[in-house]
Amino acid sequence: MSDHNAAAHDHVEHPTWKQYKWVGFWLLVITAIEVWVYYTPFKDSKLFAPTLLLMSAVKFAVVVFYYMHLKYDHPLFKRLFAMGLGIAICTMFALLFLFGALKIGG
Amino acid sequence: MTVATADTPAGHEGHHEHVHYTSTGLENRKIAIWALIGSECMLFASLISTYLIYKGRSKVGPFPHEWSCKTSNVVGKTAELVAGCAPADVLKPILDIPVTSQSTFVLLMSSLAMVLALAAVENKGHPLPTGAGWWDRCLASSKFWLMATAVMGVAFIGYQSYEFTSFVHEGLTIKTNLFGSSFFTLTGFHGAHVSVGVLWLLTLFAIDVKRGLKGKNDVLLVDICALYWHFVDVVWIAIFTLIYLIQ
Amino acid sequence: MATTAAPAPINTPAGTSYAPGEATGIWSWLTTVDHKRIGTLYLWTALTFFIVAGIEAFIIRLQLMKPNNQLVSAEMYNQLFTMHGTTMVFLVIMPLSAAFFNYLIPLQIGARDVAFPRLNAFSYWVYLFGGIFMTVPIFFNVAPNGGWFGYAPLTTMQFSGGLNIDFWVIGLQILGVSSLAAAFNFITTIINMRAPGMSLMRMPIFTWMSFVVQFLLILAFPAITIALFFLQFDRFFGTQFYEIAAGADPLLWQHLFWVFGHPEVYILILPAFGLVSEILPTFSKKPLFGYNVMVYSGIMIGFLGFGVWAHHMFAVGMGATADTIFAMATLLIGIPTGVKIFNWVATMWGGNIRFTVAMKFAISLVALFTIGGISGVMHSSPPTDLQQTDTYFIVAHFHYVLFGGSIMGIMGGIYFYYPKIFGRYMSEKLGNWHFWSFFVGMNMTFFPMHYAGMLGMPRRIYTYDIGQGWEQFNLWSTVGALLQGVGLICFVYNFVKSRKRGEVAPNDAWGAGTLEWSIPSPPPDYNFAKIPYVTSRYPLWDIKQPEMTAELTHTAPDAGVIADAHAVPMHEETQYYTAKSLGIPMPFPTIKPLFAALFMVLMMAGLVFIHLDLFWVAIFVMIGSGAAFVGSLYGWLTSPLE
Repeated sequence: MSDHNAAAHDHVEHPTWKQYKWVGFWLLVITAIEVWVYYTPFKDSKLFAPTLLLMSAVKFAVVVFYYMHLKYDHPLFKRLFAMGLGIAICTMFALLFLFGALKIGG
Repeated sequence: MTVATADTPAGHEGHHEHVHYTSTGLENRKIAIWALIGSECMLFASLISTYLIYKGRSKVGPFPHEWSCKTSNVVGKTAELVAGCAPADVLKPILDIPVTSQSTFVLLMSSLAMVLALAAVENKGHPLPTGAGWWDRCLASSKFWLMATAVMGVAFIGYQSYEFTSFVHEGLTIKTNLFGSSFFTLTGFHGAHVSVGVLWLLTLFAIDVKRGLKGKNDVLLVDICALYWHFVDVVWIAIFTLIYLIQ
Repeated sequence: MATTAAPAPINTPAGTSYAPGEATGIWSWLTTVDHKRIGTLYLWTALTFFIVAGIEAFIIRLQLMKPNNQLVSAEMYNQLFTMHGTTMVFLVIMPLSAAFFNYLIPLQIGARDVAFPRLNAFSYWVYLFGGIFMTVPIFFNVAPNGGWFGYAPLTTMQFSGGLNIDFWVIGLQILGVSSLAAAFNFITTIINMRAPGMSLMRMPIFTWMSFVVQFLLILAFPAITIALFFLQFDRFFGTQFYEIAAGADPLLWQHLFWVFGHPEVYILILPAFGLVSEILPTFSKKPLFGYNVMVYSGIMIGFLGFGVWAHHMFAVGMGATADTIFAMATLLIGIPTGVKIFNWVATMWGGNIRFTVAMKFAISLVALFTIGGISGVMHSSPPTDLQQTDTYFIVAHFHYVLFGGSIMGIMGGIYFYYPKIFGRYMSEKLGNWHFWSFFVGMNMTFFPMHYAGMLGMPRRIYTYDIGQGWEQFNLWSTVGALLQGVGLICFVYNFVKSRKRGEVAPNDAWGAGTLEWSIPSPPPDYNFAKIPYVTSRYPLWDIKQPEMTAELTHTAPDAGVIADAHAVPMHEETQYYTAKSLGIPMPFPTIKPLFAALFMVLMMAGLVFIHLDLFWVAIFVMIGSGAAFVGSLYGWLTSPLE
């Protein structure tokens, strides 16, 4: 953590309306695909869940990095978020494993 | 002339925007909101974990994706499995993907509106480009986008209320089974977070009407509200996938 | 820029526990937003709860003194040990740590206050009201009685139908708000409000350990919050989270609780570690040995602490894989902890030791925590733990680490920082009585418990029969408790009387090296007349005992940074001024945080009326208080800080 001085430096980049629009567009499209896939036979395949999880992860990342500005902001915020998210996900996986709710493992 | 104003606790709403000294150059409230978001990750992870742990363990219906019969132990993916069951006793899969997809769309679009609200406050004071039409004026209106976000938030709550009441009608309450308890608690917590966000947005809207939102401090106020709002949205992304779509 | 004329110092009679010019009287305490006052409030309140929990322990010891004793009923015994544990963890040790966080962190980093002073006051009042809410029931025989860890399904309505557990569940939710709010405050303060030159690796170890603790708080409390909501909903709204008949898992509560519970014990010990790391160098006249390692080990303990929780559950049948993973992680976490012990010893080695009372307490932590750590390592092996779990062997372990560790460390901190807070030293003579009574008494009470536990004495039993070989050990334990009681009396008397009659203390009461000692005792409300910039981790030694820090690298921050912060070279301040004459804007005192706290607590407490069959009273109280809470929140958020 460097000893920056007081002036909160202006953000290097400001996403424009165009970028925000694209993000919104992709959010809609991915969600539409997710819902559409739900109604196809793909729903019963083993790859359904991982595919959906991947698509959601993309939506998640896109909102966090662009709408929440994490891509352009000070690294401190990335660390605060990563810490919380990391511990949360690890704890969740551990709990699911311990309760036998994961399809793999004990 | 005041001295040593740089040493005062940051976050004070002064009439003058003098520069506060901070170790990072960042605003206190922004650091605090990201710490809050990190903490909320654990909160929702605990709720989601419980839901997933209890998935498939309810002893009585209704179930999220399965058909079941009140009078027998039959539980299955297709309606044929409960063919032998009296129509009044049939419990159909309770989750309504088409309806929830709509509320998901609404919430996702509200994030777009939120981002535009923040941009509008940031750009306050910048003159509109020559030949600016109604759309450019609209884009520049923070009041419009704050209200739009709030309205979409209210619409989402409306969808949730509809969903909750129709579930209760179909026999699923928070007390009925493990699914009901964990589902209503999880989505209820999320809905409560959305409601707090709506109140926050309406407060910002009111401030905008009363004195106008502009300048660094107001950008910060809208920024922290936006971060909260987007986070509530990404939690919904996780919930929609894990609870509604994945069986 | 600088004021044109130098402000005139205020002449002060020495040894007043208020800084001159400070407002006095109850209203000034109710409306304070000053971190030092709030820290002092935490200190007094927590020490009061310490006495309460100590009395509860004493009654427990009297009951267990001999077999088949009838001093208290089994039901009252359950309430006693539950409240002893709950009070000590949530109303004593955590708030005592909070007292130090509040008082010291801004001073140690060179700030004028915390990031959110009103939120800080709010945290305290929530703690006070929540603590009262949870403590009063014992006088009506309805105190929580399900153990401090409240395992469901024992604590569901089916098995605990009275009001007892309701007070516990709601009380803990209230206290959680207090701790969480404070944690966000301190994280922001430490990250963002350090003086120029005070890089993270120059912060005093107490501030570092506190920093780690705040992260533990914000990440661990959500888990127990959810576990408690589930229990609350089960008890009040009929949900099925812990209803076995509905298919619920009997382990859900345990896992969620311990996901919180394990980081919680590191929350309990790390501040004491930090205090010891300030005391030992001062009274060894040597910088702390291995500062970097002390920081990294603290971070490791915090991080690994999230991965060991199920070692509290080795006896529930999780399976070999789970047992092994958690056992290995638990063994691993012993390493950074052990490293700290070695570093403290190395700090004292070759030093010029002054055996003040504070030093004695600090050294005793090093020794006693090690003993507790050794029994802890024994528990980390599942086969061994199968014998030890739920016996007095475990009680011995956690009292060695919590009493021998946290309490002894905090007591050292109190003796060390009392002169700074109150402007006078505590009596060393009484302090010695206190220390030796505690030290001998504590060992007398808890060491025999290892044996009783090994001989099979279970936890939480209100009495036991003759002929099992437990009598002698229990008798020793009770005698030790008596001795601790003597120590407590000495301490309370010392604490109260030294405020007016202790020897007057200068700004640098002990010859220490960090920033808090460079300003008057007690500090003025503005803390530093001029914010200093620092060039090493012992800024006061740099100017007063430079030979101590000769081997550390010294670098000054950028001139631009110094100018932005209006900082000046490191200096000692012994005079008092008024904030006004220095041109320092101070936050307004305000009653709003107190009201917000009160209404929030009432809103949450109103739920209890449902179980008193007063449904509409509950609704009225909850909604009315809720509205008042939101109203006071609006008032608070829309009024300027300063």
